[in-house]
Order: sequence, then structure tokens, then C-alpha cells
Amino acid sequence: MEFLKSPPPPIRRLKLEEPPPARELTPQGGAPEVSHPIGGITTGAPGGRGGFTGARRSIGAPQFSIRRMEVDGLSVSYADREAVKSVSLPVRQGEVLAMIGPSGCGKTTLLRSLNRLTELTRTARLSGRVLLDDVDIALIEPTALRRRVTMVFQQPNPFPMSVFDNIAYVLREQGSRRQRKKALEAKVHSALDRAGLFEEVKDNLDHPALRLSGGQQQRLCIARALAAEPEVLLLDEPCSALDPQSTQVIEDLIVKLRDDVAVVIVTHNLQQAYRVADHVAFMYLGELVEYGSATTLFGSPREQRTQEYVSGAFG
Amino acid sequence: MEGTIAAPQSGAPQQQAPPRRGKGAVEASATWHLSDRLGLAICWLLGLLFCAIAAAIVAYLLVQGIKYLRPSMLVTPATAGFSQSETGGFSDALFGTLIVAAMGISLALPAGVGVAVWLVEYGRPAAFARVTESTIEAIAGIPSIVLALFGTVIFSSTALGFLSRTSEGVVFGRSFFAASAMLSLVALPLVVASTREGLNAIPQHVREASYAVGKTKIATVRRILLPTARPQVATGAMLGLGRIIGDTAIIVVLLGATQNFAPVEGSVFPFAYLRGAGTTLTNFVYEASPTGNLNQPQKAYAAAFVLLLMVLALNAAVDVVHRRARKVGTWSS
Repeated sequence: MEFLKSPPPPIRRLKLEEPPPARELTPQGGAPEVSHPIGGITTGAPGGRGGFTGARRSIGAPQFSIRRMEVDGLSVSYADREAVKSVSLPVRQGEVLAMIGPSGCGKTTLLRSLNRLTELTRTARLSGRVLLDDVDIALIEPTALRRRVTMVFQQPNPFPMSVFDNIAYVLREQGSRRQRKKALEAKVHSALDRAGLFEEVKDNLDHPALRLSGGQQQRLCIARALAAEPEVLLLDEPCSALDPQSTQVIEDLIVKLRDDVAVVIVTHNLQQAYRVADHVAFMYLGELVEYGSATTLFGSPREQRTQEYVSGAFG
Repeated sequence: MEGTIAAPQSGAPQQQAPPRRGKGAVEASATWHLSDRLGLAICWLLGLLFCAIAAAIVAYLLVQGIKYLRPSMLVTPATAGFSQSETGGFSDALFGTLIVAAMGISLALPAGVGVAVWLVEYGRPAAFARVTESTIEAIAGIPSIVLALFGTVIFSSTALGFLSRTSEGVVFGRSFFAASAMLSLVALPLVVASTREGLNAIPQHVREASYAVGKTKIATVRRILLPTARPQVATGAMLGLGRIIGDTAIIVVLLGATQNFAPVEGSVFPFAYLRGAGTTLTNFVYEASPTGNLNQPQKAYAAAFVLLLMVLALNAAVDVVHRRARKVGTWSS
């Protein structure tokens, strides 16, 4: 014990002070501050109400609804793994459809199948049908389809050019630069306006888009997706990289957009789905477990698995 | 030692003095473990060493170049004479360098970018793509003198006689065309590698964002991917240009390494020169060095200084491209 007489170096001292592993604590008789892990989860789910009694719902009842897309027995598999298993559901204009479910449940794959982006993955295999205005999307030329069903991604991904050019790129014919700025101005402005971004950037349309804040970038991406004048707008976790303020701005925008386009949003955030969606689809392990109105699905779900997921028992 | 950690006071650890640190919030390296500090010191020394070597070369050539370089050398061709004051300058070599650089890179850049786009964005048929990849790596490893020998075989063929001097059915096979074509192979792997790196650095979701508004692959490549990869393309082109203007073997074997332009009679203006033999600065430096036929080291220094300036200018140009790209910004995470 000679080394204890002289002060030990700091690192060694830290080691001595380290508390013994938590495992050794338990036999000493249930410390009150350590809650039982399983008890902590189950007590969080009272009755059938889940955790949403206090959540604000920013969406009113839909004024109308027009069926735009119809997913009919769609299955998607990657190599040996089946990501989406025979899913059928409608997508309606005038409503927001939210897809919820734990990671890897196939909701993003389903979303990407709606504008044939899954086909870019070489190993993907599809069966079943997706109809857009009663036409099988497999019969629509992909670039034409993707202008009618546009998509916004998880990461804000404006193109490395000016705010104006980001929108103008969509409006122009493929790679051409033929249409001059003047001719496109009105359309660019209206797209930015619909995404609620115009007032913030109207003096800086020439600034690089990647210098905008994250929330502005994501709204620019929405503006870009709207510039193609689509019938369906797909949003893949559009707020997961954003702060709460930007998230709220985008959620308000989503609600506002539902009358012009059919909106489908994939989200991990159950509260968000409850706030913005008219209908919710709960997916689990590739299956569509339950599809119903948001109030039903969160309030009194029919399926046991939905009940458990929305109350936080797993996921 | 300066950086040892203050000995902790006896008693409870709360009274222990915090390690010394500099003014900033960044931890001082003095608090690091000895092996970390040693590693840092080695890195520092190596960095300084290379800076010193580069600075010495530049400074030496700067001094020598300024001492011997006369503006008139840049505009007078080399001539025969008995003293260094009578032998003129190296304007033909300077223009020769500019010509092979321009011709070589204008072949290598589009070809290299095209190959890189194919490999990264299409990559099909996969087997062919893999073969192409290893072929380009092989070309990168071939010494330029071997490429030069191969070039003489190709460009001496009668079918390609229109690219060089031909007399009585014998194809000379040495010309700016021949040298530039082979030099472009020297630059090509660098352009391909750098462009691929640039394209690979673009997140996949950015491509998909373009496809998701109905753009074709080729429109995405032209308007989004290549403009984004521009700094890397420029870096590749710069490295390639550096290799082209620095190469001597191909110049000696395929350009003829004459002291002056040797235009082919009976051809129209640019082609007369491009079909003929010539020289470049690297070859001039070699010839003017004490080992060469001219043996006028002062002019060798002057020409080497001009070469160095060209390389530094290329570096500066690439820097400008990178800085402009940085202004545009990049995607978070």
C-alpha cells in the first residue's frame, strides 16, 4: 500500500472512485430511485388513451376528399427480405395520410414505391399494383410519374445553386436552360409562396440555397416538390432533422397543403402524426396493421399491436 | 516538463487542481498522455520538414530564376550560337508546353469525366465496369516511357500518317498530336479518380431528390452532380495538367525533342505546327542542364522557374474553384 501515501495521479484516483457496477447494487435491496425497467414502460400506458390526451391537434375535419392513389396488394422485397407485405390503402386529396411504425417496418419503402423510386434500388422486387387516378403507375413513364407524385426527403437537400435556380431547375425541361429567368419568375415565386418561404427569401433569391437555415431548406425542398404541380406530395420524415420551431412551421404548412395535393407523410413522431394527419396507417414488420382516422387509431385502436405501439410499449 | 499535470492536493478529489489549460476552451495538448504528445510532435516535425523542403525549392528557383530570367527569353526561340547571350530564349519550348497541355487535357478531361460518371452513376454492365476500373489503374501505373514507346508504334502506322510528318510513305510518328494523345493517357487516371471521389461524396438522397421531381439521370448528372463535383474535377484536371507539363519521356520519344518548332511544309497554319515535331520546357530544362546537349545551366534555371510558376498558377486556380464551391455550401451531415 505504499503508493497510497503519495497522491496518485488523477486517472488512477478516478478509477478508485468509480461506483461499482449497477448490477451489484440490486441485491442490496431495491434502491427506491431505480425504477424497474419494465414497470416504467407499462405504467406509461393508461387505459386505451395512449399518450395523446394533451397533444394539440392542428388539423380540422377535411372539407372534401378525392381518391387520388390506390395501393392495391403491394409487396416489395429487397433481395431475400420482404419489406412491404401486401399492403392496400387509399391516398386522398383533401386529407393528410400519415404512416407510422417502428424503424424498418417498410413505411419508407411503401412511400418510395408510390413514385417508383424503389426501382432505383437494383435488388428491389415489386408485386401488386399502385393506381394513380385509376391508371397503374407501372404504365406511366417514371419521369412523368415523378412530376405528378413528388417527394421531400428526411435530410434537407436543396441543390447547390441559388434559391431561384432550385425551383427553376424543376420548371425547366430536363437539363435545358432554355427558359430565361424572367419567364419563370412568376412560377418560382408562387411555388415559394405556397411553401410559405417567399416572404423570407424574396430579397435573397440569388443566394445559395445551402446557406439557408435547416427549416428554410426543408421548405425550399417542399417548394421544389410543389413547383412540379404534383397531385400527390410524399414526405419522408420531413422534420426529423429540424428544431421544434421549424417543425411547427412545416406541420402548419402540411395541413394547409392538403386541399391542393394529396399529402402522405412518413413519421417516427407519433405526436406529429396525431397533430397533422386525417388518416393514419400503422405498419409493423412490413404489414399494414391498421388503417383508420387519426382519432380512432390513436384513441381506440382495434388492433392490440397498434394499441401497444401508440402507447409506447414498443417501437 | 512544462506540460506535466499539477500534482493533486492530498485529500478529497474536489480540491484537486484542474489541469493547466491555455486561454481557449480547447484542451491544451499539455494535458495529453505522453504517447499522444510524442505523436503530435512527430506529425509537426514531418509537416515542418516538408514545408521546409518545398520552401527551399521554391526559394532557390525563385532566386536563380529572377537572376537569369529575361523577358526576352519568353519571346525568342532558341538559336545556335557560341555564347549564352547568343543562343536566344525558349519561346518555342514555352509554347510547346502550352500546346501539349491544352491538347492533352482537352482529351483527358472529357474522357475522364465521362468514364467517372459512367462508373459511379451507371456502373453497368458491372463486369465491364470492373474491368474498366482496373484498366485505368493499370494505365496509372504504366511508366510514361512505356506509353511513349507504345505511342510510336501507333502513330507510325500509315493510317495515322496525317497526324505527323510523312515523307516518301514513311510516317515519322512524332508530332504534337502523337505526344498529346499519349500525354492525355497520363492525365486520364487522375481525372477519373478525382471525379469519382467528387461524385461519391454527393449523398444519395440528393440524386433521388432530382429524380423525385421527374428529372432523368443525364439531366441530374449535367445540372446537379457535375456542378457539385466541380472542385474535384478541377483538382483532377490540375493534377493531370501538372503531370502533362512535367512529363519528359513522351516528349523526347513522341515529340521529337527538337529545339524549335518544325512545321510540316504544305499544311495549313495550325496543322503544320501540330503535325510537326517540337519541344517543351521540361525537355529544354534537360537539354540546357549540364547533362544536356546545350549545357547552359542559367537558361535551365530560367526555364525551370517558368515551369514552377505555371504549376503554382494551376494550384491557385484550383484554390479559387474550391473557395467558390465553399461559398455555395454543402449538405448537413
